[in-house]
Amino acid sequence: MEKPESSADLFKKTREFLDIFRKGEEFTQELLKENERLRYKTVQLEEETRTIKKGTEGSHISELREALKQVEQEKEALLNRFKEVEAENKDFATKYIEVEEENNNLANLYVASYQLHSTLDFNEVLRILQEIVINLVGSDRFAIMVLDEVTNELTSVAAEGMDEKRIKKVKVGEGVIGDVARTGESYFEPDVEGFKPAHEMDPLVCIPLKIKDRIIGVLAIFSLLEQKSKKLSRVDYELFSMLAGHAATAIFSSKLYSVSERKLSTIQGFIDLLSGKGL
Amino acid sequence: MAEYNFLVVEDSPTMRQLISFSLKRIRGAKISEAGNGVEALKKLSETKFHLVVADINMPLMDGLKLLSIIRKDPNHAQIPVIIVSTEGADADKEKGFQLGANAYLPKPIQTNELLKAVKELVKIEE
Repeated sequence: MEKPESSADLFKKTREFLDIFRKGEEFTQELLKENERLRYKTVQLEEETRTIKKGTEGSHISELREALKQVEQEKEALLNRFKEVEAENKDFATKYIEVEEENNNLANLYVASYQLHSTLDFNEVLRILQEIVINLVGSDRFAIMVLDEVTNELTSVAAEGMDEKRIKKVKVGEGVIGDVARTGESYFEPDVEGFKPAHEMDPLVCIPLKIKDRIIGVLAIFSLLEQKSKKLSRVDYELFSMLAGHAATAIFSSKLYSVSERKLSTIQGFIDLLSGKGL
Repeated sequence: MAEYNFLVVEDSPTMRQLISFSLKRIRGAKISEAGNGVEALKKLSETKFHLVVADINMPLMDGLKLLSIIRKDPNHAQIPVIIVSTEGADADKEKGFQLGANAYLPKPIQTNELLKAVKELVKIEE
């Protein structure tokens, strides 16, 4: 049988128990403190992490923003360049059309002048001039009149769409045609579309055929072909101005040539007669 | 480089030269000329042409007669033909198309229109 504990033993045990309990309490207190400290530290770290994260994100966004800005600027620059290139392109296309037109006009002028100077036969020159006026100018009614310097009158030598013989002679200074022969200045009816001649000999266009300042005749155009849309283009004016010079030279040269041919034949006749060949 | 044989049938030397001059601007173009339909038929029997440009009003044989002969001849029936005329009247145009013309150009001929028509008919890409 166990011996009952004495009160001293009990007191001792109680004290030991209380010591343990106190130590436990102290330990718990320390743990609580540590826990508090760690919680505080956690909050601190969390705060720091948040700040760091915030900072990192901010700089990244600003970098992206900067890059975006640059891309936007590049895009703007490219758009501007695109607009410039587009405008240049349009400009080139317009110029190309102009050059093409100029090329065509030059070809027309070349062919016209080439043909006019391809012969020294007066009638052939007149025929070519008629062809040019019909096919290049596009007129269906016109007359080529030559100046007689003795009578000071213009006489029709070739005509299209009208009876050449019925075309009256025109005195220099008389009417539009006579005035062109007097001044040497071309006449262009301002309202081609609404042109209604008061007189049969009122031309739509009248150009002097002149060599330098010497007028040798006129080209009077009374109407244009239907497909010309009743209007004159820049090439028509250029053609008229070219015709004024080249046709005049061709007509003058061919006339001069036929005169010299006649004289030559007369002289040859005399020579033959004198040398006895003609007998 | 591709070569194209074109036949220009026109009695007026000025117009003939002008049309030939315009056609020469097509790369590889070789131009033959005839003053009327009879001459044109002779040229057609000698050379294979890719296209014919013919005036309507010509002596000996006009452009419409030439066109009808071309269309009836199996050797030439497929050749594209452009007819040109000084007359602005629709009658010529209609007659030409009835006979099998591929295009009609009124005089004065606009070079751009002529070249456009030729390139379309011969399928030339430049």
